Amino acid sequence: MNALRPIRPLLLTIAAFAILVLSAGSLPAEEPAAPVAEAKSEWVDQSRIGYGALLALITGAVLWNIGLARRGRPIRLRPIPALEAIDEAVGRATEMGKPCLFVPGVQDINEMMTVAGVIVLGRVARTAADYDCQLLVPTARSLVMTACRETVEAACLSAGRPEAYRADDITYLADEQFAYVAGVTSQMNDVRPAACFYFGQFYAESLFLAEAGNAIGCLQIAGTAETTQLPFFVAACDYTLIGEEFFAASAYLSREPDQLGAVRGQDLGKLLAMSLIVAGSLLATASQLSPGSSPGTAAKSMLDWCQTVLLGGST
Amino acid sequence: MKRTVPLLIAAITGWVMVLAYFVPAAQSWGDTATSWFNILAAAALVLGGGNLLKVHLAALSRRDAGWGYSAITLAAFLVTVGVGLAKFGVHPQERYPEHVWAGGYLDEGSGLWWLYEYVIYPITTTMFCMLAFFVASAAFRAFRAKNRLALVLLVTAVMVLLGRTYAGVWLTSPLPEGYRLNSAIDFIMDTFNTAGTRAVKIGIALGIITASLKILLGMDRSYVGGED
Repeated sequence: MNALRPIRPLLLTIAAFAILVLSAGSLPAEEPAAPVAEAKSEWVDQSRIGYGALLALITGAVLWNIGLARRGRPIRLRPIPALEAIDEAVGRATEMGKPCLFVPGVQDINEMMTVAGVIVLGRVARTAADYDCQLLVPTARSLVMTACRETVEAACLSAGRPEAYRADDITYLADEQFAYVAGVTSQMNDVRPAACFYFGQFYAESLFLAEAGNAIGCLQIAGTAETTQLPFFVAACDYTLIGEEFFAASAYLSREPDQLGAVRGQDLGKLLAMSLIVAGSLLATASQLSPGSSPGTAAKSMLDWCQTVLLGGST
Repeated sequence: MKRTVPLLIAAITGWVMVLAYFVPAAQSWGDTATSWFNILAAAALVLGGGNLLKVHLAALSRRDAGWGYSAITLAAFLVTVGVGLAKFGVHPQERYPEHVWAGGYLDEGSGLWWLYEYVIYPITTTMFCMLAFFVASAAFRAFRAKNRLALVLLVTAVMVLLGRTYAGVWLTSPLPEGYRLNSAIDFIMDTFNTAGTRAVKIGIALGIITASLKILLGMDRSYVGGED
């Protein structure tokens, strides 16, 4: 065998060629033409069906609870100190004869947090109009300025004090983040408001604003869904709305059935999320405890199914 | 009518965006809606610019306290707008050398690029640097051990701050790998911090879904000045 070693590559090549020729001979003489693949667009993105199902469940829960609330089912909201403090803050400003300042974030009106901030502004503006307190609203976007003006005007009208609306109190400063911060902090130092409200989307400017407000000794209430900025607001403000509380503010302040029902539906969504987390944890634990066994394999396949179908492949 | 049309536009656009997310054929509709918003926002900039001029010209004419700042703001605004619109200092593109304005308004060497690079950028950086001092003062107030929970927060914060620096690594370097401060920090950040952040994020996502639904169905109209 050792004598064949030098020619082994040559023998292997010959063998491979022979196999190729023989297999070619066994093929039919003329292959039918393969069908041309046609690109067909899907009606629905299959990878997002899981998201769609979850969205439909949560939407259904919200709508169902709105219906229940409309039919008179009592819905209780836990006390949220930050929202209770809004009246106190405006009252304090009125007693001190100083204005309130409302900052609706630095993003445009197409951001949900800005819309939520503008909704809270309506409530604050109504209270300010009731108490005859000046409300200053510096904005970072032209469209936000327009929306804020409409909201404050409507709030003054609904409070029965249309004369309380002053369009010049709602101003546009700058789109540029730090130019806006400089403008707002300068306004704070000039007019020294007794209460500052920060509701919307914030980035690095959150701490600038909150610390400037702290330096002038005003009562500060903040609300944002930007998780990276929440610690800054918590550290520097008197009250902070954390995460979903920010979106529940409208319901809490208005106490209207539609709004309260929506919050209850949202809570059912949270229950669904909690159930999925618990089920996912149990499946992951089971698949790790007995990886080779049939229960472990079943748990692993169910977990994979959840990840691919329900979460669209994300982990 | 003043409220109904914006509400309809918001609702239709919102549903189009939802549809565009799930239906591949409708994805271009979502892009179109986004383009429309950008055009609208650009047009609305005139409103903002007009308001800026009005406020600062009024402050200037009344000689309010700090009117000098208004003068500087106006000058900066007008110069920036003028330089940008006139494409001052823009170099022509290689493809169209005979057209002086063919270059991009933010291309290197243009007037607006110069303003951005040598005025706005340094000012912004300076502002950003001030954040360090604000963090220090806020941390000083926040980390007072008033009760047990505050003490836990304080200890954790000190550990994380120390563990993120070389001092923390150096101080605990004689210990075995898993017992060093940087390993403890990784555990705190990956386990407690991630769990807490995810809980908040899930709540936020649900809040956004609910708030969006109320807007899409016209249940919450206060953002356009309407009744709820």
